[in-house]
Amino acid sequence: MNDDRPRFTLDDQEVAFTPGQTILEAALAAGTYVPTLCHHPEFAPHGSCKVCTVRVNGRTQSSCTTPAHPGDVVELHSEELDDLRKSLVQLLFTEGNHFCPSCEQSGNCQLQAVGYELGVVSGHFNPLFPTRPVDASHPDVLLDLNRCILCELCVRASAQVDRKSVFALSGRGITKHLVVNAESGRLGDTDLAVEDKAMSVCPVGVILRKRRGFRVPIGERKYDRRPISEVALDEAEGERR
Amino acid sequence: MTDLEKAADPSKLRRIAIEPVSRVEGHGKVTILLDDQNRVHQVRLHIVEFRGFERFIQGRPYWEVPVMVQRLCGICPVSHHLAASKALDRVVGARRVTRTAELVRRLMHYGQILQSHALHFYHLSSPDLLLGFESEPERRNVVGVLAAYPDIARQGVMLRKFGQEAIRITAGKRVHGTGSIPGGVNKSVSASERDELARALPQVLEWARLGVRMVAELHAKNRDTYERFGTVRSSLLSLVGRDGKLDLYDGVLRARDADGAIIFDGVEPDDYHAQLRENVRSWSYMKFPFIRSRGAETGWYKVGPLARIQNCDAIGTPLAETARQELMATSPGALIHAPLLFHWARMIELLHAAEVIGGLLDDPDLQGHDLTTSGPRATSGVGIIEAPRGTLIHHYEVDSQDLVTMCNLIVSTTHNNQAMNEAIRQVAREYLDGHEPTEGLLNHIEVAIRAFDPCLSCATHALGKMPLWVEIVDARGDVLQRLTRDGERSPG
Repeated sequence: MNDDRPRFTLDDQEVAFTPGQTILEAALAAGTYVPTLCHHPEFAPHGSCKVCTVRVNGRTQSSCTTPAHPGDVVELHSEELDDLRKSLVQLLFTEGNHFCPSCEQSGNCQLQAVGYELGVVSGHFNPLFPTRPVDASHPDVLLDLNRCILCELCVRASAQVDRKSVFALSGRGITKHLVVNAESGRLGDTDLAVEDKAMSVCPVGVILRKRRGFRVPIGERKYDRRPISEVALDEAEGERR
Repeated sequence: MTDLEKAADPSKLRRIAIEPVSRVEGHGKVTILLDDQNRVHQVRLHIVEFRGFERFIQGRPYWEVPVMVQRLCGICPVSHHLAASKALDRVVGARRVTRTAELVRRLMHYGQILQSHALHFYHLSSPDLLLGFESEPERRNVVGVLAAYPDIARQGVMLRKFGQEAIRITAGKRVHGTGSIPGGVNKSVSASERDELARALPQVLEWARLGVRMVAELHAKNRDTYERFGTVRSSLLSLVGRDGKLDLYDGVLRARDADGAIIFDGVEPDDYHAQLRENVRSWSYMKFPFIRSRGAETGWYKVGPLARIQNCDAIGTPLAETARQELMATSPGALIHAPLLFHWARMIELLHAAEVIGGLLDDPDLQGHDLTTSGPRATSGVGIIEAPRGTLIHHYEVDSQDLVTMCNLIVSTTHNNQAMNEAIRQVAREYLDGHEPTEGLLNHIEVAIRAFDPCLSCATHALGKMPLWVEIVDARGDVLQRLTRDGERSPG
């Protein structure tokens, strides 16, 4: 097939792209998986998790926020970048309380799946074990802040799609945390509904439908049969159709 | 306080520690205090692990509990998984789960009984029984059994594999699966999965029969030792089916005294606390349960295979019932209290598990699609199951926001705490007292502990209830300061 679209180089391979695409979008469209945790095709690029970091013409960039340019030389996999990505994911694990063995999102969790993809076998860093109480005040939704990675997908979904702005981030640096928009600070005092978009975008196990945990058997969960590198490419193709 | 539990003047005695106790699940030690003539003054089984599940399950959503609490153990996680599910069935209003759910759970549980019993007998205990209590320690292990009795060792490995496969098929993984959820299960068994187990079952039954015969023959060859070794009389406790027959998944509590008379019977799981209490001793992380009406000093009891097969009226599967009758015939008219006969009872239960699995595989409802049920919510639930090592009690309270506010676990090994301590004291009296301790003699102590198949990881789950005793001593060993939180007087 004759493809006269502009191209850039991704790890020594030429990738054709449509003007306006980011490096991450172009890579996915070309069949190359780029690990990410805060990216969602229905929302504008966010660039907060940095797991999709690449080197563009020698400069470190988030591939989800950097537009593809003709002739760019993009490095996705190198020992240094792979180590950096792995460390970022390990830091996310150690900053929160991620106990995969008893987490109902295990097998469906993007953080866990990316961890497997990057070869994370331990937290490496000393865990902080922060104290983050569970908010179970909503009749149908459990908010388990122990697992929050501050991707802001729920914030974006609630504001941009649901038009409710139930969620926000508060604080700076290591004290940054997810809050809910209610005077009491309790989810039960917001107008969040189970049909909201914010209910379906959490890449980890923070915003959960109550009383549904572990209903999907092992073997049928999202990442049980195939790694996220394959699942993500299928999803990207589905989005394009 | 019983004889040999506390020496009158420990400071003048020599201390021997068996640490760790080997070929058991978890970490424990035995301390023995001897005088200059090697007379035994004190023997204690200590559990040196520290867990804390009862505390950190608080504040978690109830549906997470069956998956989280099973991490107490790597050998019998299914027991915790199912006991928690049964307790939480009550919370979600599932007074009775669907038939398919019960069949799947039973298959998971009897698979667990089979694999755990195989692991315990063939891997952990058979080295003592086949090679000798005082055989070379370097060879007294499963590798030694493999060299001396390759067929027996292989049968043990394959039996365990079959049980693990039954667990994998029902729970999704061989260890720490997720099959059982409050109100039912998340999958049934497909026809191909059923066929996979059914194909292997005839051979499993044959190996199980051989296992029972082997233990019976070991007993016959050395009957005096088997019946005297560590024998201590006590009451017995177990679930029995509502028809009085052996049922390891569900039923009512029954207790007998040492002579076989019923102490209580037909006790519903919800009422366990009216009959059982727990006591705390200053020297152990493991609690000491007792039958309330008998009091803390004399109300201790045994649980596990030997208790179960004597507590029930009969076993509902033919091969195991025949084997049970043969065992009971060794002690006509009297209960058997010999720890080494736990092994015989355990192998009878292994055979029973294989027979039960055969019946479950033949039931078309095992492949049903009606997996969960629910009803009016409750704020608390008790689930009791007969784990491989004995009666396992899970009790939870859940608030209106679905979070656990209270968790009480009484696990099999904890029930046997006093019985194990008494058994090793009995062995110490008979074999160690007055003799220079050797590795072989000390292994006798471990043999008695192993007979109970303790799971020391499961047994140390309490947080905030254990006694604490800190001594600051100078270079000469004189105590300068002693800080205590007196567990002796703390209720369980």
